[in-house]
Amino acid sequence: MIEIVSETRLASIQDLGRYGHLHHGVGISGVMDKPALCIGNIMLGNELNAAGIEIPFFPFEVRFHQACTFALTGADTEATLNAKPILPWWTARAQAGEILKLRRPRSGVRAYLTVAGGIQVDTVMGSRSTQLRGGFGGMAGRMLQKGDMLPLCAGSDRGPGGFGALPPAAILPLEKDGMPAVRVIPAAEYPLFRKECRDALWQTQWKITSQSNRYGYRLEGVPLLPERPLEMRSHGIVPGVIQVPHGGQPIIQMRDAQPMGGYPKIGTVIEADIWRLSQISGGKSLRFIEVDYRQGLEAQEEIQRYLTHVQQMVAIHPLSCATA
Amino acid sequence: MNDHPVISCLGTSALLFDATGATTLSTQQRIWALSHAVSGWPEIREAVPCLNNLLIFFSDTPPGKVEYLREKLLEEWLKEERLYLDGKVVELRVDYGGEFGPRMEYVCEHTGLSIDEVVELHSAPLYTVFGLGSHPGHCYLEGLDLRLTTPRRKVPILDNPKGSVAIGGSQTSVSASPGPSGWNQIGLTRKAFFDHTASAPALMQPGDKIRFCPEKVIR
Repeated sequence: MIEIVSETRLASIQDLGRYGHLHHGVGISGVMDKPALCIGNIMLGNELNAAGIEIPFFPFEVRFHQACTFALTGADTEATLNAKPILPWWTARAQAGEILKLRRPRSGVRAYLTVAGGIQVDTVMGSRSTQLRGGFGGMAGRMLQKGDMLPLCAGSDRGPGGFGALPPAAILPLEKDGMPAVRVIPAAEYPLFRKECRDALWQTQWKITSQSNRYGYRLEGVPLLPERPLEMRSHGIVPGVIQVPHGGQPIIQMRDAQPMGGYPKIGTVIEADIWRLSQISGGKSLRFIEVDYRQGLEAQEEIQRYLTHVQQMVAIHPLSCATA
Repeated sequence: MNDHPVISCLGTSALLFDATGATTLSTQQRIWALSHAVSGWPEIREAVPCLNNLLIFFSDTPPGKVEYLREKLLEEWLKEERLYLDGKVVELRVDYGGEFGPRMEYVCEHTGLSIDEVVELHSAPLYTVFGLGSHPGHCYLEGLDLRLTTPRRKVPILDNPKGSVAIGGSQTSVSASPGPSGWNQIGLTRKAFFDHTASAPALMQPGDKIRFCPEKVIR
């Protein structure tokens, strides 16, 4: 078991998401930063989809009630295990009774704690991710609370760990004019926006407001206005869709997005770049880069190549051989 | 007929097929037929019908090119096949007005109708489920009497209750779980629409029908 020791909010159990149930009205959920969860799981010898804890608020403290090999990925949280520093993107072993503490990151937003064997909550509709609106999945369908005891598997001690991986941001950086950037494929209503607004989408910066969370990122910038008012019927959407409500300030739908939306869509952030968004904090600005479907797939393949590379390195250097 | 649909990319995850034209049962039957056909294609994880449109969500291995998929979709659409879903009829007992319908007064004011007239017009039709859903178990219904059309709230409320029967624009719907909503709640039902432990978790399916049966009317 792992016990949540600190007061916490908005931390949740997530895997890669709950797919195939949009037609029941069930959204996808899952981690905001997929490469971070995947690399944690790869380093621990887990399946890619094993459930971990997504942590967006700090400090965050857990107590291990059994020996456990774990990995920390995502934001650098100056973590300590019983006061001993643990590097980011690193594996280590906790003994029963030890306390892992994560602090507010200097850069990045979300940290991921993955454990050997994964967090053993029940699989609901094919996933362990927390479905907040439906109130199921994860820990009783809600965010984690102080005092929660999270089940681990019996074989959670897989050795001392003591190695790490390079973060994807170091391998696959993406900037435009010195600002973090994400790639966008124009969506159905793109041609219906005013020319100067379409240009502004690509040529101006977009500030991520404090009203940004797992449901969506509200952005602030030049108002994006259509040539004439658009009345939309409800239609299926996906994480990454950039909706533009009447005021013209866009909202990027994130992992807890509902399956249906009714606002005009100017574009969609490619699946391969959603993790980048998940690590840009409120108040910071970003840029959009226009790509086509083919380029979006290539970006996805680039991530896959990096994950495969980490997998190969870990195979040469498995947990049980590592020295702490 | 609506034979000039718009097919667009939703990033690298999905295509959106929009039939354009009016929202009618006849068009929706073509959407359902398309949904049924597409669901068997290897590059597709699921197809999700909504109002006059279909989300086509890719499997783990998205298609290398979308052009041929667009052509396949269009070809399928132009067959003009219809799927006649003759689903079950679910009768929902509804308490209207008062604490059960905090926006009843607003709907009356906007439409110029009395509470009894609103209840009568709202409970008369047999509504058809066109698609699911903005949240687990929620369904989109067709059939609202247009005299009941009432604009959504400018600022959504955060704590719209489960079972809330509401009007938003020219649509009516029931909330399957508590959450934010900009719709005008005129009544409340106690029926559960979603059970994540069931093999068929959502009570309603496209083609099913709903009738609202007034239980109490608070005037």
